[in-house]
Amino acid sequence: MKRFGDFTAVDGIDVEVRSGEAFGFLGPNGAGKSSTMRMVGCISPPSGGELRILDMDPVRDGPAIRARLGVCPQLDNLDPELTVRENLTVYARYFGISRRAARERAAELLDFVQLTERADSRVEPLSGGMKRRLTIARALVNDPEIVLLDEPTTGLDPQARHLVWERLFRLKQQGVTLVLTTHYMDEAEQLCDRLVVMDGGRIVAEGSPRALIEQHSTREVVELRFAAESQEPFAGKLDGLGERVEVLPDRVLLYVPDGDAAVAEVSALGLSPANVLVRRSGLEDVFLHLTGRTLVD
Amino acid sequence: MVSVAGSARERARPALPRVPALAVFDYFLVGYRRTWRAGVFSSFLLPVLTVLGFGLGVGAYIDQGVGGVRYLDWLVPGLIASTALQVTVGESTWPVFSNFQWIKTYFAQSAAPLRVADILAGHLGFVMFRVLTTIAAFLLVTGLFGALRSPWAVVTLPVVALLGLAVAAPTFAYAASVSSDSWLAMLFRFAVIPMTLFAGVFFPVESLPEALRWLAYVTPLWHAVDVCRAATLGVAPQWSIAGHLLYLVAWSLAGWLLALRAFRRKLIV
Repeated sequence: MKRFGDFTAVDGIDVEVRSGEAFGFLGPNGAGKSSTMRMVGCISPPSGGELRILDMDPVRDGPAIRARLGVCPQLDNLDPELTVRENLTVYARYFGISRRAARERAAELLDFVQLTERADSRVEPLSGGMKRRLTIARALVNDPEIVLLDEPTTGLDPQARHLVWERLFRLKQQGVTLVLTTHYMDEAEQLCDRLVVMDGGRIVAEGSPRALIEQHSTREVVELRFAAESQEPFAGKLDGLGERVEVLPDRVLLYVPDGDAAVAEVSALGLSPANVLVRRSGLEDVFLHLTGRTLVD
Repeated sequence: MVSVAGSARERARPALPRVPALAVFDYFLVGYRRTWRAGVFSSFLLPVLTVLGFGLGVGAYIDQGVGGVRYLDWLVPGLIASTALQVTVGESTWPVFSNFQWIKTYFAQSAAPLRVADILAGHLGFVMFRVLTTIAAFLLVTGLFGALRSPWAVVTLPVVALLGLAVAAPTFAYAASVSSDSWLAMLFRFAVIPMTLFAGVFFPVESLPEALRWLAYVTPLWHAVDVCRAATLGVAPQWSIAGHLLYLVAWSLAGWLLALRAFRRKLIV
């Protein structure tokens, strides 16, 4: 649990992240993801409840735990004046790694995140994707057992995101426990073995991506777009079709087990939408269903 | 209950750094390696200019010197202490503010197995290093001008290091607590400049009216000035040396506690 004055950011969550698993915290802005990550990172003491990291107490054993953690924060906090390599070697010193071992480790990691060619250039002019990769490399400098990633690919272009995912996947294969937050559903589906959806400081759902889709959504979704000012009148006629009908300003969503069959039923009702899309249900549907469509700032 | 388990694979445990603050000091040194050349030039130029301008220029009008001592020789120890003050405040304001607000270095460091006290000690150590190197250059130049009259002048080095700590620690607390960097410029306007003008650097504190004199005695600068002057002239200070040093130690201790509290408030949320 985490309170800031009267505001409760994280309100009694129960999570057990197992060895070597990739675990995700999903949720809209302000759901309590980052507060949770800071507590797990042992820089924010919980206001209540019990927290065990690597079977130790973060309040008492903070430095000992952090020695075995890697942290990739939401906003890069690299030193822009230092070179790419120096950012790694300097950070390695904080873990008691000798200068020589730090240089070797930096070379390995630069290779791992494909930054060897930029090793001696300053950080400041690097692209966002390069900085992110360097931040991830820095989080690995102590060969950590747990890596915490707070929105690891937010703001990256598709090429950079895929490269980051591929590297994270390799870490997972090496047996590193990954704990990440994200609001990209494809990221969660790609990387996470299990995840929780948080909203308002609480956990609203928990499970593997597949189980969550099965549990909270249907197999397929039909998106109907009617050529009219309002979709509302059409939606009334669709009542009872599928498990759930959702009306949005520009389209109607039908949550159904079989999309094509539902489209046939829509035609049978004499309705002819301007646009029809049948797609598989995804985590995004689960997410929006559980946390609502209202914008949170 | 939230629990997170590590990887099952056996790996070499990284030993924690033996002196964690030293690793932090190392970081600042690596950054300094990129900029020191520009700084070295000015740290030699500054004493040359002040010796020429104040010591010889202004000194030419002061025939009998101060208490029989040539004005340049009397002035130099004051400048040693006030230069140390300038360097200290410069290194403890924007750099500290930036490490919280702009570059966010302290946050990166606090995610590593460093305690807040290690981060603070490492950066304070670097400020003292900057003071020491600057004043060493100052001593070299003024020594060549023949303005150091006693070999005791080397004692000014530990004294300015202590002055640096006494001023840097509370300044760190201040820079960590302010919300905008325009508050930092105020520190120069309302603390550094008045201190430099009235704490016995350019003229004896005794020339001030009684009430103002006490303001000079309260500043940490005056205490360093008095010891430095005694050292470079090879005479006894106005106050007891132990008294001066204890006063600076008291500032350092109080400042350390304030800075630790301010840093904890920012870093452990």
